[in-house]
Amino acid sequence: MISLFVACYNDMMFPDTGKAVVTVLERLGHRVEFRAAQTCCGQMHYNTGYHEDGMRLMVHFLKVFRGAEVICVPSSSCVAMMRDHYLKMAAASGDAALEQEVAAVLPRVFEFSELLVDKFGVTDVGAFYPHTVTLHTSCHALRSLHVGDKPVRLLKAVRGLTLLELPQSEECCGFGGTFAVKNPEVSAAMLGDKVRCVLNTGAEVCTASDNSCLMHIGGALSRQRTGVRTMHLAEILASTGGGGQS
Amino acid sequence: MTVRVGKAAEAPEFPDAAKALVSNTQLRHNVRHATDVIRGKRARVVAEMPDWEELRATAHETKEHTLQYLESYLVQFEEACTRAGGKVHWARDADEANRIIVDLIQYHNEKEVIKVKTMTSDEIQLNQALEDSGITPHETDLADLIVQLGEDQPSHIVVPALHRNKMEIREIFLKKMKLKELGEEAEDLAAAARTYLREKFLRVKTAISGANFLVAETGAVCVVESEGNGRMCLSLPQVLITIAGIEKVVPTFRDLEVFLQLLPRSATGERMNPYNSIWTGITSGDGPQEFHVVLLDNGRTGVLADPESRQTLDCIRCGACLNACPVYRQTGGHAYGSVYAGPIGAIVTPQLQSMQHSLSLPYASSLCGACYEVCPVKINIPEILIHLRSKVVEGRGAPLSERMAMKAAAQSLAGPARFSLAQKLARIGQWPFERDGMLRDLPGMLAGWTDVRDLPAIPKESFREWWRKREKKESA
Repeated sequence: MISLFVACYNDMMFPDTGKAVVTVLERLGHRVEFRAAQTCCGQMHYNTGYHEDGMRLMVHFLKVFRGAEVICVPSSSCVAMMRDHYLKMAAASGDAALEQEVAAVLPRVFEFSELLVDKFGVTDVGAFYPHTVTLHTSCHALRSLHVGDKPVRLLKAVRGLTLLELPQSEECCGFGGTFAVKNPEVSAAMLGDKVRCVLNTGAEVCTASDNSCLMHIGGALSRQRTGVRTMHLAEILASTGGGGQS
Repeated sequence: MTVRVGKAAEAPEFPDAAKALVSNTQLRHNVRHATDVIRGKRARVVAEMPDWEELRATAHETKEHTLQYLESYLVQFEEACTRAGGKVHWARDADEANRIIVDLIQYHNEKEVIKVKTMTSDEIQLNQALEDSGITPHETDLADLIVQLGEDQPSHIVVPALHRNKMEIREIFLKKMKLKELGEEAEDLAAAARTYLREKFLRVKTAISGANFLVAETGAVCVVESEGNGRMCLSLPQVLITIAGIEKVVPTFRDLEVFLQLLPRSATGERMNPYNSIWTGITSGDGPQEFHVVLLDNGRTGVLADPESRQTLDCIRCGACLNACPVYRQTGGHAYGSVYAGPIGAIVTPQLQSMQHSLSLPYASSLCGACYEVCPVKINIPEILIHLRSKVVEGRGAPLSERMAMKAAAQSLAGPARFSLAQKLARIGQWPFERDGMLRDLPGMLAGWTDVRDLPAIPKESFREWWRKREKKESA
């Protein structure tokens, strides 16, 4: 049984990503559960300096996913939050039981592409998506998860898909959570660079394993009427119809 | 004790300073070009090192060990340096350091000093203190000279004039060196600087330097540079005064082996610095005959006391984090309001001087992690930024609107019933801003988003609502 932690912003803003994860996992023959008590990993609060709130959200996450065998998360940045900070947060609380609980849950948390490639050893998930696509590797996927070429291998196995390499792919898009609203000018300048790179590929679609980056990049692509759309990796992998924009 | 870091206390908040800089297209072009060049060179010379990760780990451990026993290593340095004929002075803060240095120069009745490779002197605003006492400082590092003649501020910790291009530098030289003509090539500019500086090297009898490393074991001081101007400053004058932060000490001479591999490759993409000057006290009849070291605290012991962020003091000032930083790349160094720019500046400045003057600096990062990845001494800058942010929040330094928004978000996310309700309310609340499936012209903090980006409207059905329906269908 795979337990889906969909991530709070996907739940509310990008439900299609959660549905796509369910589609892909079920197509591969897995059973999926969604524990409805789940909310948020606590990243936004923790990274902005609201550590008490972040801590409460972590404790809630741990309670909800107690006993889960495998936890699938279609968001690299939430996984990075857990792996980079949960142990430290638990240790700082001085609660040994909490520390043990974190240590027990972390090895069972998988980002979506990690789950497919590392845990299941699958790269071809039976998808068909006849479009040109470029991949934005989020900073968390790149530097915290060390996701490597997993998303690339998954995309290359999609029938009909042409993958175009994104120049300066290791550069941040400028989202950074509350950074985008606390430093809107710099964030916009970083985004400008990223959008230029995306457009230079000539791709129809920009994908990533994080809807947060895609919301940011997509927000500019849409505002500038570029005609390029963004789509979470899971949604491409779920696609079999080969149609255009859903 | 009053700790000052440059003019950071009077500097505007980072987002305000950045706003003006982001609209300076020439500056952005210059910074992008320069950081691209250094990044490329660094990447090449780091890739050729099979033991790079081991070197980083060793450097980190050496620094952590030294900081743990800093007191005894500093005393050891003082003893060794004194034995070799040097004199060590201890300065608690910027004012005390400035006073010590001014007194030393006035004791010799000198009216001019030559300076090289000392960011710490910018930290304590030494030039201002010298001028106030009737002493004229001459910067001799080429980039520092450009900054000084241009009446500018350094924008990078290794390449202080990185924000200037060749033609801008030519203009500054023409005007300030009172030249009738000057060629347009880099060689012409270097030749002009050489002529200008040689006269100073030969005439001025007192020099002030920084230090890259202090060796506790031998009392040696090490300065690395690319131009040879440092070598002149360190060897020609009669009196040499070195100012160094207390974190610059390493235990043994052997430790330099590690750091002198990491520093040039990280800083300028060179395998070795063209000039590595290491001297121990004084040598009769050769070089300066009087040597002083001013050991500066200026807030450093405060950083040392915080185990969460102590590793800030590991920094060897290579500037790799600046070159790697996508934020610095857009603004250059001036936005940081401090002599310490970029990611390292964002953690150094607020910790050295009281946080209230630099509340915005810990937020001047998207936490992308590029700085941590390139840091030769493995300072986990993103983690320290987050730690400093929590101190801002604890000290109620965050704007009220943000605190309220974060509180509301935390309450909405506290449990599933509240989250479902919040989703529904947000869906209703968005209607005044929704046009063609996008949210436009959002109010308050979110205006920063919608000024340049669209935001998709919240869909009619959340994932959890879809799942609930699906479960109902399946059980029916």
